[in-house]
Amino acid sequence: MGSAILDQLKLEKMSDLLKQGRRLDGRALDEQRELTIETGVIPKANGSARVRLGNTEVITGVKVQPDKPFPDLGDKGILICTAEILPLADPLVEPGPPTEEVIELARVVDRGIRETEMIDLHQLVLLENKSVVGIFIDSSVVDSAGNLFDACSYASVAAVLSSTIPKYEIKDEAPVLVEGVTSKPPVKTLPVSVTMARIGDQIVVDPSKEEEACMDARITITTNSDGNICALQKGGENGFTVDQLTRCSEIALSVGTKIRKRFEQLM
Amino acid sequence: MTDDGIRCDGRRVDQLRNITIKAGVLKNADGSAYIEFGKNKILAGVFGPRDVHPKHMANQDTGILRCRYHMSPFSVTERKNPAPSRREIEISKVLKEALQPALILKDFPRTVVDVFVEVLQADGGSRCAALDAAAVALADAGIPMRDLVSACAAGKVEDRIVLDINNEEDQEGQADMPVAIMPNIGKVTLMQLDGILTPDEYKTCLQTAIGGCRSVYEIQRKALVEKYFEGGAH
Repeated sequence: MGSAILDQLKLEKMSDLLKQGRRLDGRALDEQRELTIETGVIPKANGSARVRLGNTEVITGVKVQPDKPFPDLGDKGILICTAEILPLADPLVEPGPPTEEVIELARVVDRGIRETEMIDLHQLVLLENKSVVGIFIDSSVVDSAGNLFDACSYASVAAVLSSTIPKYEIKDEAPVLVEGVTSKPPVKTLPVSVTMARIGDQIVVDPSKEEEACMDARITITTNSDGNICALQKGGENGFTVDQLTRCSEIALSVGTKIRKRFEQLM
Repeated sequence: MTDDGIRCDGRRVDQLRNITIKAGVLKNADGSAYIEFGKNKILAGVFGPRDVHPKHMANQDTGILRCRYHMSPFSVTERKNPAPSRREIEISKVLKEALQPALILKDFPRTVVDVFVEVLQADGGSRCAALDAAAVALADAGIPMRDLVSACAAGKVEDRIVLDINNEEDQEGQADMPVAIMPNIGKVTLMQLDGILTPDEYKTCLQTAIGGCRSVYEIQRKALVEKYFEGGAH
């Protein structure tokens, strides 16, 4: 934990710099921290990824297993996306039931993947209303240094892209694994989330932990491969003007295009 | 939807559902409001500023805001488990963050303002309706505020941008965008989006929702005027 005086000094320095369009760590306002994506880091998972975004690090594993469909969604496979911040990721995180922040994190990551319709869930049905394939995407934050939303989202997308789906056959209305046959997941589009913080009148992309500590408001916008806006979440204890929201959507599209190229290399 | 833009419940694309708000409906709360927003029926109660429990949550420099959004087990078609779901916890958080910018709690250090919202019947857009009631309840409690907070959703149904989508349209629709603004300050304090919009549709949808928020604001004002300046106390 930093001291209150140091935080105050950092905050003042950060505001002074931001007025000149500069950031504490020297990045441009719309510049993300260095992003590294490794896939296949957990061989026992059906797909996995380790993503580092600056000093934030997330490990995501994908598990694929047969399941019963949700009662009103018998023609769709199951998609479950979770996220958790491990106690080893941050001195202020304690074990226990998930906090509001963690639940929001998981739901925003889930929304990005679900609402863009990244995975064609109709292709995951084994026997309508009875048996489907479930894709479980679980993210663990192991180092928490700001912008967990994008780090978890990128790790989840990368883990899905790297995953293989086992083949199941229906015998007596029950799914049976067919050994040695796998396929690529039915991916339709590549969602990219871009999180921005408003500090004063400036919008900064990929806020660091220090920037998050003094931001006025936050927004996460997820776009798809067609350049559409598919999911959005405003957070933080203040608001945005309409002009700022328009600018954020433009930034999300332009930054998203760069990240999407990284995902395309994984396909 | 018909060709001339009449929706499944008979509304035009730019028409809100019927909204009624009543301020000061609970005896024990410091402030309260009841809203009917289409078929949504929602109660909001406010307590405080009061002592914070647990004490470690208290802030030496300012009062804090807490918010709980909860749905009654009988509020939806299938009985809802009364324990707070992850959805309700997330909504509680975004509601708190939508209300926070409007409140002036600096003068009440070490205290809390608690906002409890109970959805008695849900019909799509319940988070916006809950926020509309909560803002009126906060004003009714006499909490110092910079502005009210007014919320309304817009969305995309059958390729058209429509105001205030109901439950049916939410299930079938292509996008849902709940928005809240501080109407006099002009800031957006809540915004979410589920569904696919082109950049142009995004702008139209946001403007449509803000138009709805401004209409809701007039209804919220009327509820407060009715309680404090007409018929009610003095």
